[in-house]
Amino acid sequence: MNAVELRDLSLVLGGRVVLSDINLDIATGEFVGVLGPNGSGKTTLMRAILGLVPPRRGTVTVLGRPATRGNPAIGYMPQIRHLLPGIRLSGREFVTSAVNGHRLGLPSADRNARAEVGHVLQLVGARNLADRPLSELSGGERQRLLLAQALLGRPQLLLLDEPLISLDPHRQQEVVDLVKSLRADLGITVLFSAHDVNALLGAIDRVLYLGSGQAALGTVDEVITGPVLSRLYGSPIEVVRVQERIFVMSGSCCAEAEEHRHDIHAPSMNDPRQRHSGHA
Amino acid sequence: MLEMLRYDFMRNAFAAAAVVAVVGGVVGYFLVLRGQTFAGHALAHVGFTGATGAVLAGIAPIWGLVLATVASGIGMGFMGEDLAQRDVAIGLVLALALGLGLLFLHFFTASATQATTLLFGNVLAVGMHTVWVLLALGSASLITLAIVSRPLLFASVHPELAEAKGVSLRLYSVLFLAIVALATAECAQIVGVLLVFALMVGPAAAAQRLTSSVATGVLFSALLALVEAWAGIALAYYSDWPSSFWITALSVAVYLLASLRRPSGGPLAASSK
Repeated sequence: MNAVELRDLSLVLGGRVVLSDINLDIATGEFVGVLGPNGSGKTTLMRAILGLVPPRRGTVTVLGRPATRGNPAIGYMPQIRHLLPGIRLSGREFVTSAVNGHRLGLPSADRNARAEVGHVLQLVGARNLADRPLSELSGGERQRLLLAQALLGRPQLLLLDEPLISLDPHRQQEVVDLVKSLRADLGITVLFSAHDVNALLGAIDRVLYLGSGQAALGTVDEVITGPVLSRLYGSPIEVVRVQERIFVMSGSCCAEAEEHRHDIHAPSMNDPRQRHSGHA
Repeated sequence: MLEMLRYDFMRNAFAAAAVVAVVGGVVGYFLVLRGQTFAGHALAHVGFTGATGAVLAGIAPIWGLVLATVASGIGMGFMGEDLAQRDVAIGLVLALALGLGLLFLHFFTASATQATTLLFGNVLAVGMHTVWVLLALGSASLITLAIVSRPLLFASVHPELAEAKGVSLRLYSVLFLAIVALATAECAQIVGVLLVFALMVGPAAAAQRLTSSVATGVLFSALLALVEAWAGIALAYYSDWPSSFWITALSVAVYLLASLRRPSGGPLAASSK
């Protein structure tokens, strides 16, 4: 069984076709890096897998079943820019809020909930962070807690949307190594979106590169090449390898480097903190 | 000390303040957590229109207050997609509500006392009947809050993930603002529509500075609100200054004291592990 199967998939966001006629399979247990320029549909694809964005055409199958909202088999770490700094809760309380968070009733505080939260904090090595208020944690420390939250409920598929954003290279490598070891220990499938493939080299099995409504899935050597990326970017792209690093060049400038601005993504409704964040 | 309890109006005042403080403290905790305090403020102003409208129509002001706040709370919950614009919308509604309230008062040619009571509250004028009404409304809002508190908390601290897990952000936004509206209508009985912040926001904001746990925070918030309300009434009894003044003064003082404490690393935080 495949973790994700896309058949003739077309996705539309705000009237714009983001992906069209995509066909691909991601096997269970694979670690796939999702790359592509801004607006190429990385986030939208993840939201389609989560059942939050209905396909314009085609189907999304997740672990053998059609994508549905609230699928407990998926762990999700959304791309977050504005969340958390204002929240004075401790890391543990923050993670706990997601335990069975969709069910009515008082917040979980029973032994099972505590044990599960302890387990996921242990998995990401964040036990020592858990009692400090979120507002005092660094970006990398918060990412660990978000990752812990994504692991609640023992998911089989992990969708990580830009977990490296705003982290320095050293912290980036820590997060990638952590996800790599989680994948090995838990045997889960991982889709990990990023702006720069270099941080993921050595960790990922395959690359899913999105651009111009199209997608290319394959190993780094198959996908990150001049001809493939020129097709996806719709302009001539040169790929240069220097020692162990890969540079994607558009004309004379580095195409990937320009993408460190945030994706513009339709924010969720009624997010009380959204007013504090400027629109990119 | 206990001599003030010999009077009916004082016993009613303490009873009403207890109900309202607990409701305001608990609901206020979530209001502050969600960063929606401005919405709470606006609801109180709409309540003024409702109350004066009710007086004009010959109904008890509290029902006009409840109806107007709950209706506009639900409306706000449905409305709010673009929050950047929502601040402007709330501000305008707020101004219009006060203006309309003034107009209703003008038609009614009500005494200045009535307007002052609505705006600034007068807990010493609360009758036994009102205490029961407050208890019923307060129970309704706390029970509803208890039922939805888990998804509400999830949607408040991590909306993106909550949405992906199947929590309807809009549903809980609407439900929560309806609960806030009820609580606001209650608080307005004690401190008036202009000073609802004293019971809804002050204790909750102080509690969130004192603890990083949800359960403890809700408890602290309710306790602080209760202590501030009761102390305010007692101080009013002895000083003959308005109780609303004392409650607001205590609310602000407690918040400032709570803010002085370093967020963590302080002795309290280190020993509370």
